[in-house]
Amino acid sequence: MTNLFLLQLLNGMQFGILLFLIAAGLTLVFGIMDFVNLAHGVVYMVGAYLVVTFTSLTGSYGLGLLLTLPATLLVGLVLELSVFRRLYERPHLDQVLATFGLVMIITEGVQVIWGAAPLSVPMPELLSGSVPLIGAMRYPVFRLVIIAAGLLTALGLYLVIGHTRIGMRLRAGASNRAMVAALGVDIGKLFTVIFAFGAMLAGFAGAMVAPVLTVDPGMGEQVLILAFVVIVIGGIGSVRGAFAGALLVGLVDTLGRSFGPILLRAVMEPAAAGQAGRVLAPMLVYILMAVILAVRPSGLFGAKT
Amino acid sequence: MTRLTLTRAWAATILFAAFAILPMIAQALGDSYLIVIATRILAYAIAALALDLILGYGGMVSFGHAAYLGIGAYAVAILGRAGITDLGAHMLAAIAVAAVFALITGAISLRTRGIYFIMITLAFAQMGYFFFVSLSAYGGDDGVTLNARSTVFGQPLLENNTALYYTALALLIGLYLLAVAITRSRFGRVLTGARENPLRMQAIGFSPFRYQLTAYVISGCMASIAGVMLANQASYVSPSYMDWHRSGELVVMVVFGGIGNLLGAVAGATIALLLEEWLALLTKHWPILFGLILVLVVLYSRDGLSGFFRRNRS
Amino acid sequence: MSLLDVRGLRKAYGALNVTDDLNLSVEKGELHAIIGPNGAGKSTLIAQLSGQAGSDAGSVRFDGAEMMGQPMHARVRAGMSRSFQITSILPGFTVLENVAAAVQARRGSSFRFFAPVAGERALNDTAMEALARVGIAERAAMRAGSLSHGEKRQLELAIALATAPKLLLLDEPLAGTSGQEAERLVEVMRSLKGEVTLVLIEHDMDAVFSLADRISVLVYGRIIATGRPDEVRTDPKVRAAYLGEETAEEGA
Repeated sequence: MTNLFLLQLLNGMQFGILLFLIAAGLTLVFGIMDFVNLAHGVVYMVGAYLVVTFTSLTGSYGLGLLLTLPATLLVGLVLELSVFRRLYERPHLDQVLATFGLVMIITEGVQVIWGAAPLSVPMPELLSGSVPLIGAMRYPVFRLVIIAAGLLTALGLYLVIGHTRIGMRLRAGASNRAMVAALGVDIGKLFTVIFAFGAMLAGFAGAMVAPVLTVDPGMGEQVLILAFVVIVIGGIGSVRGAFAGALLVGLVDTLGRSFGPILLRAVMEPAAAGQAGRVLAPMLVYILMAVILAVRPSGLFGAKT
Repeated sequence: MTRLTLTRAWAATILFAAFAILPMIAQALGDSYLIVIATRILAYAIAALALDLILGYGGMVSFGHAAYLGIGAYAVAILGRAGITDLGAHMLAAIAVAAVFALITGAISLRTRGIYFIMITLAFAQMGYFFFVSLSAYGGDDGVTLNARSTVFGQPLLENNTALYYTALALLIGLYLLAVAITRSRFGRVLTGARENPLRMQAIGFSPFRYQLTAYVISGCMASIAGVMLANQASYVSPSYMDWHRSGELVVMVVFGGIGNLLGAVAGATIALLLEEWLALLTKHWPILFGLILVLVVLYSRDGLSGFFRRNRS
Repeated sequence: MSLLDVRGLRKAYGALNVTDDLNLSVEKGELHAIIGPNGAGKSTLIAQLSGQAGSDAGSVRFDGAEMMGQPMHARVRAGMSRSFQITSILPGFTVLENVAAAVQARRGSSFRFFAPVAGERALNDTAMEALARVGIAERAAMRAGSLSHGEKRQLELAIALATAPKLLLLDEPLAGTSGQEAERLVEVMRSLKGEVTLVLIEHDMDAVFSLADRISVLVYGRIIATGRPDEVRTDPKVRAAYLGEETAEEGA
């Protein structure tokens, strides 16, 4: 039981870290640019597809990953320069529609290029082993690497945003756009940088999970909506909030699915508990969001209104 | 009556008359598929009408209205399996559940604004999606085929496609008239006022929240009726009714027809579905073309699609 | 008893006390002007009194009832209305609808879904009276957004009047109006005296001194003097803090 708990705790963390990588870029785009981007999930998906292709071209997952990063950065740049920058001053409705259109294009486009069947990328041999947890239980090294990579990224973001010039502008931009523009910062360029960087983080996430998940055209959508939940919980525009929200969502979702039915059994008949658990578990994160919003409408780390 | 409302009354009469004679045209052409598509169009028109009421008149961009399609559809499936087959009962159940769902999720979503509102409605719809995915008794992900369509006065009248079509048309016309009445009523004035300038409405003594929430619930109930019709049309129910793509399509329909113009929502549903059908004939990768059209329309329409916000007002 | 009794009102933005232990009494029927240099906190005060902005501490008693913690719409229903310094109207509505909506707010339920509101004579007639009073009755059928600036200021006042207030908080009603429009609005305010209790914030000193029964002078979030116009005019504290600055400005 303790072992199972530890295992699921790690799984939840890994899922949370993944969500953080996706939500981090998204929350900055939402907060700083007041821009709704539904197409962020497909960038994650594109990252996964690209790593499949690059890995098979180079024969090495590591090289594939290294190539995927600039490639998704480029995807972000192209999207920003061609579509998004024309939408910043538009109403949210226009932003929603245009990015929804992009989701349709890219999701279908991926199927034209790579086909509709799920793909996979082989686990790099070096990281394919597992390490012992307590007792006989073991945990895959690669999943630990995902967690470590995510934590390092979070640390890096924390340092960049908290302690560098561009980070300072970023924080200033989030709280007062006009002020930053008045100080002579080229806000357009700042937006492009944030956008491309956010896309790269999402692509990184997609590339990291490709070896443990199957790569398919629907993979971006699930995480997109969960990333929204993460951002709403954490507070729009707050990277710290996205980190806390992502871990919370990752843990609640993972633990809820495995332990929900067990906990329910304490108060219900086993059969009913199993059924109720299956129904409730996937809804748990949304209920969590509802509760947090009811108490704090602007999220855990959001600006108070 | 102003000239504008007269013009609109004529446009409505013509549009609905065209729908009314469609089955005869279909028969003359010997094209039975036409009536199937047209029934779907009518059902989506009901949902688009419902969405336009809150999006166009209330300024609430809900990106989760497909949830109510799903609620309506599953009301048919679940009651049908329990042996309750009456259409009226199906609609009442759909409306009741939709009202409760809209009341709870609306009360939470409406505490927020702008981007938050869009994301939260989307998230709640996704919650509904997963709820029905986990209902293994009703096929889970795969959904379930209906044993029979809803009955009217105990008679299986709706098994006839033409009868189902006219039922959907009657519902659409009835709901259209209801929606028009609402937008012109005292309530409608407060709802539109709260979209135009919420601060001003508070400064004359209104609390916008109560009116917005009421409108949100009404809209959800109307959309659930569309779900009842869709389930009957397809004789099949699955969580895909609540897919977020479908919520997006509903928004697209409202926008294609011109926001804040109830008849436009009906036209928009027609245009969007026919466009889909037509593009699907050209290529199986039609979403690329549809998405491209959407992006281009948004980018290159004169003042953005939401310019309709300012232009179309009764 | 005063109609409006404000005690110990406070509001701070960070370290800046915008409203600092402010006391103010407005008697029933008077026109009470509040003047003060730019940045004295006049608009913030109106926002706090109307419930648009929250307060950190203090008490706002209106007509015998405590208003602190009440939202804006509740205060309006209690009889305390305001106009905005920056015109706040419903631009897509007609001029008549703008005012009729305000009448509707206090007459009958607005949870009526079927009867067309445009045909409600009772609402429209009362709204027309308010429009006639401010002098833009002939504009009734126009879209409010297409009015001239001066007409919008008149509409702003008509909307506030249509809420049938006991107390009207006017935030710079003359802002941006030309000579003739301003005169018209001053006459409307003069005609309201005695009928409605008015709190007037205004930069036009001619208007203030010709209209006000009493004047309070607000400097750095505090009322430093209250009195009849001639008393305030000669008050040395006021001359130092406020009129001094005014002459300096005029000289510049």
